[in-house]
Amino acid sequence: MQYGYYPGCSLERNAGAYHESTMAVAGVLGLQFTEVDDWNCCGATEFFSVNQMQAYALTGRNLALAADQFAPKPALPVIPVEVAEPPQLVAPCSACYLNLSKVDRYLASSPELAAKVNTALDAGGLHYDPGSLRVRHLLDVMVNDAGYDAIAARVQRALTGLRVAPYYGCLVVRPGFQGQFDDPEYPTTLDKLMRVLGAKVVDFPLKAHCCGGHMTQISEEVALELLRRLLKNAADYQADVIVTLCPMCQLNLDVFQRAVNRRFGTNFNLPVLFFTQLMGLAFGLAPERLGIGKEFVASRPALAKIGTSVEVEQERAVGKRAKQRNDQSLPMPYMPEEEER
Amino acid sequence: MGASKKPARGSVFFREVVGATAVDPHLEACLQCGTCGGSCPSGNDMEHTPRTLFAMIAAGMRETVLRSNTPWYCVSCYYCMERCPQEVHITDVMYTLKRLAIKEGFSRQSSAAQAPAFSETFMEHVERYGRSFELGLITRYFLRHRPLDTVKIAPIGAGMLRRKRFDLTPRKIRQIEQLQAILARADELERNAYRV
Ligand code: SF4
Ligand code: SF4
Repeated sequence: MQYGYYPGCSLERNAGAYHESTMAVAGVLGLQFTEVDDWNCCGATEFFSVNQMQAYALTGRNLALAADQFAPKPALPVIPVEVAEPPQLVAPCSACYLNLSKVDRYLASSPELAAKVNTALDAGGLHYDPGSLRVRHLLDVMVNDAGYDAIAARVQRALTGLRVAPYYGCLVVRPGFQGQFDDPEYPTTLDKLMRVLGAKVVDFPLKAHCCGGHMTQISEEVALELLRRLLKNAADYQADVIVTLCPMCQLNLDVFQRAVNRRFGTNFNLPVLFFTQLMGLAFGLAPERLGIGKEFVASRPALAKIGTSVEVEQERAVGKRAKQRNDQSLPMPYMPEEEER
Repeated sequence: MGASKKPARGSVFFREVVGATAVDPHLEACLQCGTCGGSCPSGNDMEHTPRTLFAMIAAGMRETVLRSNTPWYCVSCYYCMERCPQEVHITDVMYTLKRLAIKEGFSRQSSAAQAPAFSETFMEHVERYGRSFELGLITRYFLRHRPLDTVKIAPIGAGMLRRKRFDLTPRKIRQIEQLQAILARADELERNAYRV
């Protein structure tokens, strides 16, 4: 399958591991990602805080370039082009995904805004008709287009013994400007994907809470507390690794983990990997091709558990706890279940 | 902009906020349920919950609202927007309040005083190169605005460089002039929008 691919600034460097592993895994699954030519920064949250029209125009340029580059070519008039399906644009970064899908939606909902943005784009000889692209997050494409079965079929080295805390963060499931592919408060697609790879998925109640975004640069006080909560939650459920789908989440949880430990006197040692890195490992790809080793909290010790039987002991410990929690007198909150594979 | 066709409602400041938000945020629909504040990860650190802030906007308390640290502690996580029963575009209102506060020069007195400086440094790089330049952003922002904290951030920067997670030089897009022309025109439109 063919997709336009918008990597975003983070994947060019600080989250290079995400880009490398995405490309490697896409290759195995037969997904073709073609980069948007000469794309610019999506503006993150910064432009919206200062200059609204520039924020819309910045993302507008990316949409215009992508729509132009990936428009269905009428070169073969014999084959009826299915006009109903706009070309798809994939973003692996949650913030880029949010900006691209939000701007497209908002332009569609306000012709007045669309006219203004196009006035700005016109200064560069560009134009964008809202709705010309369907913006998707990488996780959505992996689980719904490639599909769990095709992924399962590629697993060569199941991740047995590895306890994974699936971390979604906020923007991939909220607010769903172009439809929601998962529950906005208690998503489960990444859980299921990790189970397909053979990993043990731990409960992670804070899995869709925010990592603080750019707050680490502005107020450490606020940011480190948000991160502490997430790390504690994953550690409480004895996760070996946290798996993410957003470069900002990875950066905050990984790079600032030491700062959290220093501030709160904690001892967290939780490697934070991208979900595509674990897919690659399960597919039997070499760790070097997946950017493993670029994280601040080294993942090798945790990854060494793959294929071991450590899980059994931990299972027993967790089993005991689970029994305590099952007290009939306590009304436990209902969590949506999904079928186990 | 989006709301201009609706009959005027609420305080002058209320109309200013709605008018400065590109897509109508449905702020008049807020029924003061408090779901937003209860869902907010930064709620504890905010001087006013989003709900309180919206009541203050309706009451026309312009300066208090624009001096509040609340918008600056909003991390744009969209939790409130997901849960709001009235589909108020809360996150967009927070962005509007940030812009209005910057315009009035109030933002620098709030307890998240560094936020606009960070945003502006980020934007300078994007305007110059078309992409964000993390090493440049961090060094310039810290040296210029938080020199005393530079020692704290330096080991992280070094770690990023060692792991090849920072570029030493910025990456420039090919058609940077095109982007700059678009941003300049957008900036004109932005200025006109506020000149009501
Ligand atoms: S959740 Fe919505 S309706 Fe409720 S107080 Fe917040 S903005 Fe108003
Ligand atoms: S978007 Fe902002 S105001 Fe809303 S819940 Fe998130 S941090 Fe709080």
